[in-house]
Amino acid sequence: MIKFESQMVAKPYFIFALTLFAGQILFGLIMGLQYIIGDFLFPYIPFNVARMIHTNLLLVWIIFGFMGSAYYLVPEEANVELHSPLLAKIMFWVFAAAGVLTILGYLFVPYSELAELTRNELFPTMGREFLEQPTLTKIGIVVVCVAFCYNIGMTILKGRKTVINMVLLTGLVGLAVFFLFAFYNPENLVLDKYFWWWVVHLWVEGVWELILGAILAFTLIKVTGVDREVIEKWLYVIIGLALISGLVGMGHHYFWIGPGEYWLWMGSIFSALEPLPFFMMVVFAFKVVRERKFEHANKIAVTWALGTAVMGFLGAGVWGFLHTLAPVNYFTHGTQITAAHGHLSFFGAYAMIVMTITSYAMPIMRGRPLGNPMSAQKVERFSFWAMCIGMLGITIMLTIAGAWQIALQRMPDDANALSFMVTQEKLIPIYWARLAFGVLFSVGLIAYLVSFFVGSKEAIIAQNNGVTQKAPQEIAGVCCGACDESKAS
Amino acid sequence: MSDTFTKEMARNIYYGGGFAAFLLLLGLTFDTMRVLPERDHRENITPSVAHGKGLWEKNNCVGCHTIMGEGAYFAPELANVYDRYGNGSEEAFKSYLQGWMAAQPLQIQGRRKMPQFNLTSEEVDNLADFLIWTSRINDNDWPPNKQG
Repeated sequence: MIKFESQMVAKPYFIFALTLFAGQILFGLIMGLQYIIGDFLFPYIPFNVARMIHTNLLLVWIIFGFMGSAYYLVPEEANVELHSPLLAKIMFWVFAAAGVLTILGYLFVPYSELAELTRNELFPTMGREFLEQPTLTKIGIVVVCVAFCYNIGMTILKGRKTVINMVLLTGLVGLAVFFLFAFYNPENLVLDKYFWWWVVHLWVEGVWELILGAILAFTLIKVTGVDREVIEKWLYVIIGLALISGLVGMGHHYFWIGPGEYWLWMGSIFSALEPLPFFMMVVFAFKVVRERKFEHANKIAVTWALGTAVMGFLGAGVWGFLHTLAPVNYFTHGTQITAAHGHLSFFGAYAMIVMTITSYAMPIMRGRPLGNPMSAQKVERFSFWAMCIGMLGITIMLTIAGAWQIALQRMPDDANALSFMVTQEKLIPIYWARLAFGVLFSVGLIAYLVSFFVGSKEAIIAQNNGVTQKAPQEIAGVCCGACDESKAS
Repeated sequence: MSDTFTKEMARNIYYGGGFAAFLLLLGLTFDTMRVLPERDHRENITPSVAHGKGLWEKNNCVGCHTIMGEGAYFAPELANVYDRYGNGSEEAFKSYLQGWMAAQPLQIQGRRKMPQFNLTSEEVDNLADFLIWTSRINDNDWPPNKQG
């Protein structure tokens, strides 16, 4: 069963994260159609509004997922109750309210009016990609992050400082600190862009990888029973390589926005190494599962953990490398290739890690230590494959679209290149295929949400009697693996 | 991983490597800040250019367009729109942009639509100044051609 009562504060975070995820996908479908029927829903939901909602919901639900993960795993790792469950609950409502109000603002108020309404001119931070939130919302995000880091930090301070907890904390503090660059918006576009990446890149190719690594390591310990010492060693090396390659790898964003020429070299060389930690993550996950000490009855959680490693490697590693070298990026920069990479990497690394721990922790928080009944796991397994195949399909279609776009619009000289708009028209058949995969993805997501409600009471009880588990003596009757703490330092 | 490779070594890779990489990033950033003024010609950021950037942000232009390749991929690149439509004349570009902004949204069924932002003609000029300034940043000769 659940080890500490206070871990339960994670539950609303996961539920709300998945709700926002559903919203994100809805707007994704709208945009998928707008790529084909340009005036679909115009002027009610112009493309920029749909995109802003799509990307902002993504960021917010992933952060909700990270917070839920931290509230769940940090007390268990630290072996103490959460410092303040009340603060966690209050911050949930503050963050949820700020998030919902902001999204409703995007949807129902023209953006320029929203800027005026929230007095953006006093401290202009709006209107930059992913950082579209009104300055007030940004301040709210900082307040929530500070309270959250305080709560998590105090918990770790009181309890055991495991490697997983320390890495997670570093990642979370980094998330909060680098977000502060969102408040720097100089008149000089080049400086603006340079430090904008200190939020965006240092999040997704920096500190978020620490969070990802910590959550994955935690889940793998729980579902495989493999010795913590082994897992911690891997975790250190993986995130160490992630930082070594990823920090200066930021240079791959500095090729064409003003900074000097040596960034062409620095960015290319360092970011070419970025697939390495993701590849190691695949090796690590499969090795740990192969050497598992028991068969956890929550099989689908194991599948998610392996899937995260593989899809993260494909999206961040392979699709990142595809266009990271400067001579290639010269042609691919800002085309549908970028969109392809963005989709698979965010899904594979970050959406999937949240679903991994959701899949592991939610059943426990719902009183099902051995996971959901097989009927529910079956539905969830279908959803896993539908979403993975759907997202791979979207990515491949966008890659084809991007390659064609480059051939028509970027490679020819001034006299022969097609214009952007003409090129886009030629890509419409591919955008239809992309949309079809988007529908498949949505079916997967619906199945995922449905899986929470599948299974009779009897099936749930049968699943959790532990009869299906061929468990060794030492963990017989245990369940979620929460009690395997003998080796912890 | 073998037993000769200890957890302490792994930890050193993480803390040592991460710290070293961050220092390198800081060093490169420091150097970039030193040389950037020559490349971004910041001396030409007039109040009109600055105001244009504010309008660019206030109307979320980046929600559809890219600028220097960054943004959304739904509408054309605009860092070089002056090179594309200006014919080397700032005046010509401004009058082109005035007409274009006033004509939105174009009444062509099924075409991607740009909203009507109701900018004053002075604001359109600010926006033009911002885009002209942007087109002159030294960005290592990107994009490959004028179509962006």
